[in-house]
Amino acid sequence: MSAVGGLLLALALAPLAAVLLCIAARRPRFVEAFNLAASVVAFGCSLPLPFLIDGRALTFWHDYVVVDRASAWIMLCSAIVYLLASIYAVGYMRLLQEEDRLWQFYALFAGFGLTTLVAPLMNSIGIYWIAIELTTLVSTFLVAFERVAESMEAAWKYIMLVSAGISLALLGTVLFYWAGSFVLGPSYQMTWDVLAAAAPRMNPALTILAFLLVLVGYGTKVGLAPMHSWLPDAHSESPAPVSAMLSGALLNTAMIGIVRFLGITRAARLGETPQLVLVALGVLSLLVGALFIVRQRGIKRLMAYSSVEHMGVVALGFGFGGALGVAGALYHMLNHSLNKSLMFFGAGNMMRAYGTKEISEISGVGRRFPVQAGMWLAGAVAITGAPPFGLFLSEFTIMRAGLTPSCAWAVYAMALLLIVIFIGFLNQFRIMYAAAAPAEMPPAGKVSAWCAVPMGLALLPLLVLGLWWPAGLWTYLTSIAATLAPGPS
Amino acid sequence: MLIQHLDPLASSLLSLLAIASLLLSFVMLGSRWLKNYLYAFAAESWAIAALSAAVGFYGGYPELYFVAVLTLLVRGVILPHLIWRIIRRLDVDREIHEILQPSSGIVIGGLFVMFALAVSYRIAATLHLELTIAVLALTVMLSMKLIGFLMLAVRHEAISQILGLLVLENGIFLGTQVLVPGMPLLIELVILFDLLVIVACFGVLVGYLLTHVGTTSSLELRRLVG
Repeated sequence: MSAVGGLLLALALAPLAAVLLCIAARRPRFVEAFNLAASVVAFGCSLPLPFLIDGRALTFWHDYVVVDRASAWIMLCSAIVYLLASIYAVGYMRLLQEEDRLWQFYALFAGFGLTTLVAPLMNSIGIYWIAIELTTLVSTFLVAFERVAESMEAAWKYIMLVSAGISLALLGTVLFYWAGSFVLGPSYQMTWDVLAAAAPRMNPALTILAFLLVLVGYGTKVGLAPMHSWLPDAHSESPAPVSAMLSGALLNTAMIGIVRFLGITRAARLGETPQLVLVALGVLSLLVGALFIVRQRGIKRLMAYSSVEHMGVVALGFGFGGALGVAGALYHMLNHSLNKSLMFFGAGNMMRAYGTKEISEISGVGRRFPVQAGMWLAGAVAITGAPPFGLFLSEFTIMRAGLTPSCAWAVYAMALLLIVIFIGFLNQFRIMYAAAAPAEMPPAGKVSAWCAVPMGLALLPLLVLGLWWPAGLWTYLTSIAATLAPGPS
Repeated sequence: MLIQHLDPLASSLLSLLAIASLLLSFVMLGSRWLKNYLYAFAAESWAIAALSAAVGFYGGYPELYFVAVLTLLVRGVILPHLIWRIIRRLDVDREIHEILQPSSGIVIGGLFVMFALAVSYRIAATLHLELTIAVLALTVMLSMKLIGFLMLAVRHEAISQILGLLVLENGIFLGTQVLVPGMPLLIELVILFDLLVIVACFGVLVGYLLTHVGTTSSLELRRLVG
């Protein structure tokens, strides 16, 4: 077995082992360590992967697993968030005083890490669907972990909406298979490559119907408006490390499915319709994000709507297509994963320190937690797309990609909405930082290093990526564009 | 391909079973009582299992017998049993606040079927399959999908919503059996297993909802807005 195969095996086995050990050991300090170790191994294994893979996709285990540059990239994003969230979880979960049930949390958390890491590797469109469904099932119980009425409601809405949505993706998958069966005969391996190769001879009407179903189905999971309504609830009511994983890892994992199906429709030469639908959903997500960010009152819901917005930006990047669009969108995924983890960690700390989820009840953050507040504020500036952070570069690249006659309107809308979001989002932070602190302050909750360090770990690469986009990375990302979107875009 | 040269008897048998499944989803749509939903769902699953076996017999796919037996077991017996257990734990046996009268629900369902037929006919015409069972299979698949969504939208008891989801899945499964009987066996098996896990998860969640929220009606779930 090659080096890549070994790394993949380790990558999958580490979280799996953590799940089993958590169930077996159940001691609070042990389960923390198991999950943390698994996340370190997962990160260590996924970091070299992009360097080991050349342009060719590698398949393993009877073609059921595929590693190409795109899936290696998505896995790297997931592994980074999993590592950061696992470090953060050690500190955060101790604050919740749920020592008895901690093993359940970490078993589920490692399981969630496992499913988000392996889902992008699935080569069969059917198995990919199942992997995405599994991420939902595991994360539902993480959302419901706090066992209060709000988190139950969020969990119920989450599993209901996403299961219903994703059943549309299954229908689309079946229709894709049916469309392929006219070309390839009744039985064939339903892998991405096989379908893309058969695409030029597939029936156009059927293919477009199948793509739209898949787009709506996985779009629900990605949180594209108008299928986003589960997202703010689930992201705001789950424990902060889970929010970070949902936002930074899960959404990308579902996005790659849409992108691969988009690649198949490109190969089928169906004109611009599929891309334009994706662009329209992206603009709508930005609009919904902007409207709800401006008048948001809950701190974690603010971050959640920001996720809707950023998934909209990523959708726009892939919708615009071309080397610039795809590379920008992939780069944006990494930046967003880092940045949103930072934001949720900060929000979680503030929620615990002030004992509230309301923005209006949080005040004088800068004076009470100078170091953390600085990092959180830098993250807020970064997430609104201001230089010198990575998101500025990636959003700018995506905008440049969209300046074509058919998409230019979307770029103007995107620019306008990003400005609205910039003002709205930072205004919320102005309230928390600048508002006069109430006369009698509740005693400042202590924030442990476990909760503060991952914020710094996320901020640093974000700053570096904003100042320096390595040439090698650019070639890497543009080569993904060539594999995902064969032919002129 | 199976659907292009199917002998008339087989064709009518498959049509009969597909239409029976569709009618059973109308039974679900038109009923107020949770128990009736459940019986209709179980019967629908049995019809689909019979359909799998029939496709296996006429199309020469022996592995579909296996799928049929598993469908019968999982969708026809185990899932209804699991849901039955959830119902017994709850203290509800009917929808209390109806958003939509069952009679209006049936009318809307009828409109959905017409829409599904129009779409299916168009798709089948582009494939030159408009005289085959493909039209019916696509119609039933899409209309069960739409009816499932209608049930999700107008019913708010947790049980009705779970059953609505299962109707969505049944519709896809039925269509799959007729349109792509050669789909890899592994996928079908894993999806069946997946259904079991989903319903188990729902069972646990319904329990949580009861103890921590005190209701299983989604009308009461309105703390999180904006």
